[in-house]
Amino acid sequence: GAMAAAGLGLVLLLMAGPSPGGGAGCGRDSLREELLLTPLPAGDVAATFQFRTRWDAELQRGTVSHYRLFPKALGRLVSALGVKELHLALTQGFWRTQMWGQPPLQAPAGAELWVWFQPTVTDVDKAWKELSNILSGIFCASLNFIDSTNTVTPTASFKPLGLANGTDHHLLRYAVLPREVVCTENLTPWKKLLPCGSKAGLAVLLKAERLFHSSYHSQAVHIRPICRDASCLAVSWELRQTLTVVFDSFSSGQGKKDWSLFRMFSRTLTDACPLASESKVYVDISPKNKEKELLEVTPAPTSVHEAIVQGEKRTYAVYDLLSPSLFNTSRSLNVQLKWARPQDSSEMPTPILHAQRYVGGYGLQTGQICTLIHNTHPYRAFPVILLETVPWYLRLYVHTLTIITKGKENKPSYIHYQPAQDRRRPHLLEMLIQLPANSITKVTIQFERALLKWTEYPPDPNHGFYVSSSVLSALVPSVIAMKDVDVEQSPLFTSLFPSSDGSSYFVRLYTEPLLVNLPTPDFSMPYNVICLTCTVVAVCYGSFYNLLTRTFHVEEPSRGGLAKRLANIIRKFRGVPPL
Amino acid sequence: MAAPLALLLLAAVTVRAALFRSSLAAFIAERVEVASPLSAWKRVVEGLALLDLGVSPYSGAVFHETPLIIYLFHFLIEYAELVFMITDALTAVALYLAIQDFNKVVFKKQKLLIELDKYAPDVAELIQTPLEMHYIPLKVALFYLMNPYTVMSCVAKSTCAINNTVTAFFILATIKGSAFLSAVFLALATYQSLYPLTLFAPALLYLLQRQFIPVKPRSKSFWLFTLQYAALYLCSLVVIVCLSFFLLNSWDFIPAVYGFILSVPDLTPNVGLFWYFFAEMFEHFSLFFVCVFQINVFFYTVPLAIKLKEHPMFFMFVQIAVISIFKSYPTVGDVALYMAFLPVWSHLYRFLRNVFVLSCILVVCSVLFPVLWHLWIYAGSANSNFYYAITLAFNVGQILLVSDYFYAFLRREYYLTHGLHLTRPDGTEAVLVLK
Repeated sequence: GAMAAAGLGLVLLLMAGPSPGGGAGCGRDSLREELLLTPLPAGDVAATFQFRTRWDAELQRGTVSHYRLFPKALGRLVSALGVKELHLALTQGFWRTQMWGQPPLQAPAGAELWVWFQPTVTDVDKAWKELSNILSGIFCASLNFIDSTNTVTPTASFKPLGLANGTDHHLLRYAVLPREVVCTENLTPWKKLLPCGSKAGLAVLLKAERLFHSSYHSQAVHIRPICRDASCLAVSWELRQTLTVVFDSFSSGQGKKDWSLFRMFSRTLTDACPLASESKVYVDISPKNKEKELLEVTPAPTSVHEAIVQGEKRTYAVYDLLSPSLFNTSRSLNVQLKWARPQDSSEMPTPILHAQRYVGGYGLQTGQICTLIHNTHPYRAFPVILLETVPWYLRLYVHTLTIITKGKENKPSYIHYQPAQDRRRPHLLEMLIQLPANSITKVTIQFERALLKWTEYPPDPNHGFYVSSSVLSALVPSVIAMKDVDVEQSPLFTSLFPSSDGSSYFVRLYTEPLLVNLPTPDFSMPYNVICLTCTVVAVCYGSFYNLLTRTFHVEEPSRGGLAKRLANIIRKFRGVPPL
Repeated sequence: MAAPLALLLLAAVTVRAALFRSSLAAFIAERVEVASPLSAWKRVVEGLALLDLGVSPYSGAVFHETPLIIYLFHFLIEYAELVFMITDALTAVALYLAIQDFNKVVFKKQKLLIELDKYAPDVAELIQTPLEMHYIPLKVALFYLMNPYTVMSCVAKSTCAINNTVTAFFILATIKGSAFLSAVFLALATYQSLYPLTLFAPALLYLLQRQFIPVKPRSKSFWLFTLQYAALYLCSLVVIVCLSFFLLNSWDFIPAVYGFILSVPDLTPNVGLFWYFFAEMFEHFSLFFVCVFQINVFFYTVPLAIKLKEHPMFFMFVQIAVISIFKSYPTVGDVALYMAFLPVWSHLYRFLRNVFVLSCILVVCSVLFPVLWHLWIYAGSANSNFYYAITLAFNVGQILLVSDYFYAFLRREYYLTHGLHLTRPDGTEAVLVLK
């Protein structure tokens, strides 16, 4: 909360320059599109697109009817359902923090949706259900599977990133669908929400067949209210659509680390979106070798920008698509990077905070979830909030929770635990753990696996059940002091690398999702089981019925039934005495 | 008789203490046959940990014990092993004293019936003599304490042992004739696990018999005593439930404990019949079959009461057995309680028909339970059907054992009144059939 409010509180003086278009009565709106290309230490390339639409309109009052740059589908959501902040991310793959460094904007595998509602909303659960169903329709994702069994209300993580006065955490809902698969049919409606679609500007690079041929693909939609100006008397709405994709340049580049826009996206940039007030491409050319030489990119950039990002000084080559000099020499812009010395082993910078999670134990009865959190800062300790959401069918035992750092027990200063209710809500465990400098903290908790009813298993029951990623939120202290950046000057950098007070930056990490097997009943046997169990009950009933209703009698001599008489006839023929 | 009992208690405590200190204790505590969702020790510790965290233990789906258990173990959690050994010892002593008194009552009744010439002349060998009845209480205590089921329940610290203690005290109070104490302990037993409600009938019949009140619907003293006993029982139950309310200032424990027992939402495998049945049940019929299975437990009370109104102790035995077999989350600790009574009916041995086969079934099933569990859950080479099959066999064995004893009991009663050597009108030896 403090971090977000401070980050917004530093919106400065007014927006520079006139914004194009916008009817005077409907509020001005502006679009800025930016692309950040970062070569990663292991040879991959990360491309982060951000399309930011800012609209000076009172959406929450519901009085708006004329939509221009802001998509109507999302605007109607905000006004009709009383949404204050919405963050939806659809991700395929996992960001390998140890190989690729700190992620700019990480999202958990699958679909993640977290929403802050306005205080005027009376039935938050009903609004949440409607919202997930509407978003499911808009993005062609199965978000309608979000229900009370995978929704939680965190108390300390996920503070509002936009304007907020007072944070009653009962207005927050968070859900993850780890099993959700992201594909072309999720990308298409996402592209349709962009003002220029995929026809002009940076969005022409978004071709599905290349984007999904990657190691990591994450597309997100973020809606939040921001201050219209420094006095903050009116509210503007900001919609950011971000897409992060990591290409493996080795496998597509025949073993060379060189890359180009054409090789990655199979398209090049031809012009800027006519509706955008700013359209820029940033390429990270910070030196990666000991000689501290900047990387060479072709064609020559229009300018060079330096920033302190995640505690490091980085240099960016900027291509401004709106500047007339860019397209003078050629009609299209194909940014290329050739490594001068291909065999350069760039040092892998260890991220200051990273985490792993895995399932321990064996068998289908019990197990344990182990989370390892690494703090590699040489001398600074800082706290981290760990949020775990575990489905109800893995019964957590909170008395087995142990946190061990450097061999000693580490007691969390804040624990919020909400136990699960069968078939109604999942476990929620939130802890504030202090991480000492240069240490590894191990958090373990034991669970028991439940046997579900046979109809509750998914079609492939032996694949296992997914446990969604746990969330680590921390203010990581930075080695170098960071300058506060204005959100209007550089929206990409403020959203990707938010800093609160110059000495630390906010990081939200997600661990791996887990796959856990549950014991299964035999799915082919319902009729047999019912019959056999009822037979056993009937055995008891029958025996007791006989003993209760019948009495002992002396047996009357019987003259023999048919079988006995037949046997006697045969015996007479044989000459043997009768029975 | 005190010295052999003390020796027995000492031996039992030694066995349990030795097992507590061995590595088997952790293994036994995890066994689903011994620890059910209602009685597992892990869940008691979890409930107390939730209470320490400031969360109500009943807000989740893990803790299903009554608030009285919270009260008890909040202070005694450090001495849990000692508590469970003491509860076992108390149960054994209570059963010992109860059966001792019961034997006196049986002997007195027998003597009265002989004097009144109610028995046939040639049944001398069927009459129980004080000599053979002398060691029965000790045998009962032995059967309870040294039963592997009881030892495992104690080592696993299953709260079933506490339920057994309360039931044993209830039986002791009933046999001693104190209606008030009997009602209080019955209320406590019902509060703990709901099903002992059905033991109201045998206790009432026993107390009526002890006070020589005939069981006739027209008799005023019958109704007077019944109402008295029922009022004592219900008032104690209400008082105990209200005391539980004041522990956490909420009624949350009622759906968490009794709602859980009756609606069976947790399908963790156990030795009972419910879990797999409801795992394979169509959702549409789930409620219907839950009701059917629950009615099945309470349903035998009235017919048994009508048939066995002259023999309330045997009725009590059969009723406890029916509860142990058909309750929603049975464990082997419940089985151990009714098995402790088998020495009391040792005079029926000559009329039992299948006791060898049935005891073999029970022993083999007990051995196969952990084997097939391991194959299903750990080795992955079997599936749930294997474990389910052994559950079925075990329950069939128990049911047939109880009905065999019932048959033997009724047969002996017939012989007592009609004579041991039955002859047909034409002088040849007759055969007895149940028709």
